[in-house]
Amino acid sequence: MPPLLVVNDLHTEFRTGAGLVRAVDGISYTVDPGETVAIVGESGSGKSVSALSVLRLIPDPPGRITQGEIRFAGRDIMQLTDAEMREVRGGDIGMVFQEPMTSLNPVLTIGRQITETLEQHRGMDRAAAHRRAVELLGLVGIADAERRLKQYPHQLSGGMRQRIMIAMAVACDPKLIIADEPTTALDVTIQAQILELMKELTRRLNVALIIITHNLGVVARYANRVNVMYAGRLVESGPAAEVYHNPRHPYTMALLRSVPRLDRPRQERLDPVEGQPPDLTRLDAGCAFRPRCRFAVDVCAMKRPPLEGTGNHLAACFRSHEIEREAGAAA
Amino acid sequence: MSTTLDGRIALPADEAIVLHRSYWQATLHFCRREPLGAVGAVLVLIIAITGLSAELIAPYSPTANDFAAMTEAPSWTHWLGTDQFGRDLLSRIIYGARTALIVGLTSAIVGGFAGLVLGVASAYFGGRLDLVFQRIFDVVMAFPLIIMALAVVAIFGTGVHNVIVAITIPLIPRCARVVRSSALAIREIPYVDAARACGYSHSRIILRHMVPNVMAPFLIMLTAFVGQAILAEASLSYLGLGVQEPTPAWGLMLQGGAEEYASTAPWIAIFPGLAIALTVFGVSLFGDALRDVLDPKLRER
Repeated sequence: MPPLLVVNDLHTEFRTGAGLVRAVDGISYTVDPGETVAIVGESGSGKSVSALSVLRLIPDPPGRITQGEIRFAGRDIMQLTDAEMREVRGGDIGMVFQEPMTSLNPVLTIGRQITETLEQHRGMDRAAAHRRAVELLGLVGIADAERRLKQYPHQLSGGMRQRIMIAMAVACDPKLIIADEPTTALDVTIQAQILELMKELTRRLNVALIIITHNLGVVARYANRVNVMYAGRLVESGPAAEVYHNPRHPYTMALLRSVPRLDRPRQERLDPVEGQPPDLTRLDAGCAFRPRCRFAVDVCAMKRPPLEGTGNHLAACFRSHEIEREAGAAA
Repeated sequence: MSTTLDGRIALPADEAIVLHRSYWQATLHFCRREPLGAVGAVLVLIIAITGLSAELIAPYSPTANDFAAMTEAPSWTHWLGTDQFGRDLLSRIIYGARTALIVGLTSAIVGGFAGLVLGVASAYFGGRLDLVFQRIFDVVMAFPLIIMALAVVAIFGTGVHNVIVAITIPLIPRCARVVRSSALAIREIPYVDAARACGYSHSRIILRHMVPNVMAPFLIMLTAFVGQAILAEASLSYLGLGVQEPTPAWGLMLQGGAEEYASTAPWIAIFPGLAIALTVFGVSLFGDALRDVLDPKLRER
């Protein structure tokens, strides 16, 4: 089966006062139909930009996709007209944002916001859109749909609003949903509910999901594959279980160590990732993670390690084999 | 996390706050909180009804000359007296309310809405378009409202329609300015990006998603505009560049009375002047109260 989404050598840049920021600097990945792919990285690693680029929602100026290919369901996204692009957004690709508190328009009712996208993309009339909206609320686990549809966002809790966002994202039977940190703004118990809901829906509706997160726990449990980003580049990519248990990049390893785990002794100290993320306006020719890496050697300063590896588990590190061995020994 | 038998995801235990208020309750609440605003609203309402039903209320025709009763002081036959052409002042003031309201409301609403859309669009698109719009607005706003209106009248000529145009044009940038600053803040809130991600067109996002969110400052400004527009119309008419005789207009009546009858027949100037003052006063009171109610920063906690 051909992949649903192919991102090939994508470059997205921002021209800022401080200089040129290569927020996404040549990343490639694919998403298969129905698959859940996680993009992981810390703030400013370019994970959100890489996803927004797929929808061509980078604000221009100052941002611009300078190079690369994005193919979605066989179509070249970069060649679509604005009108065609609007059909893709919200139609073929749904999006769930980070902040359910501010991602819904406060002056429109829930019902209006859901039916609007149905009218736009499916050409439904009011009555049909309303029936579908009721059905969608049931799908995302909101009871008393008729009443909820008449309410305004401020009358709902954060968890419910995120459910509404998910209902809007799946409203037009998309093939792909992009969820940009969908649980960051929610409290922990609600996070689990929202993630379960998304997992359940993507499975049932056979929708592919790109989930952007900095939470590796989310990845391990919900994703099929993981792409780890650092300073605008992919540093590791592979099946979720594989990356989780046998990381091949020191950054991934450091990330995993910084997360509390139930299968480790409670007294064990968490190991934060030392140092600061690099300034993207002044990257040198070497590996961007080098200043924070305890495996760094001379060659790391000379050139950037390519993303390579065996099978479908790739890492961008000159010493990935040694690291995998050490990580394996430690675990 | 559990799922129920029919495959639905179990409900989160969150309940919405139900906040429901009927229009009557809201009106009552407004009157209690803002008694002065309510007085203003009543004043405006009275003037509006007067203007609308001028034919029914006015005791005489506003243009009929009674040469037997010229410059007559207020009496039981002519409650507010007559002017130098023997026209009943009360009737002229009642019909003048219509002129004032037509000019005031039309220019405030047209100018306000044009400014609203331009201001929001300017904020939404940003960049060069925003810059160009802002500079154009700067130029228009560099002239005081009445001077700008004078210039427009000088080009298009006098008369009710041209007066409306003349007052509308300088109001547009004043509205766009304020609306733009609110819209700039809204532009950064994720629901605008969310609307983009839903594939909505620019015009749809501007009109349906952003405009309703700047309604509060817009409505406050609209009421201020009505007052300003009524004043501007009176000023233009007073200067002889607005509404022309014999159309009854307060500014015109003021001018006719003030020049030579200020000492001999003061009622000719006093009553239209009072009408102008009361109307603008009522509109301002209402607008201020509206601001207090709609501005979340001033809202009681």
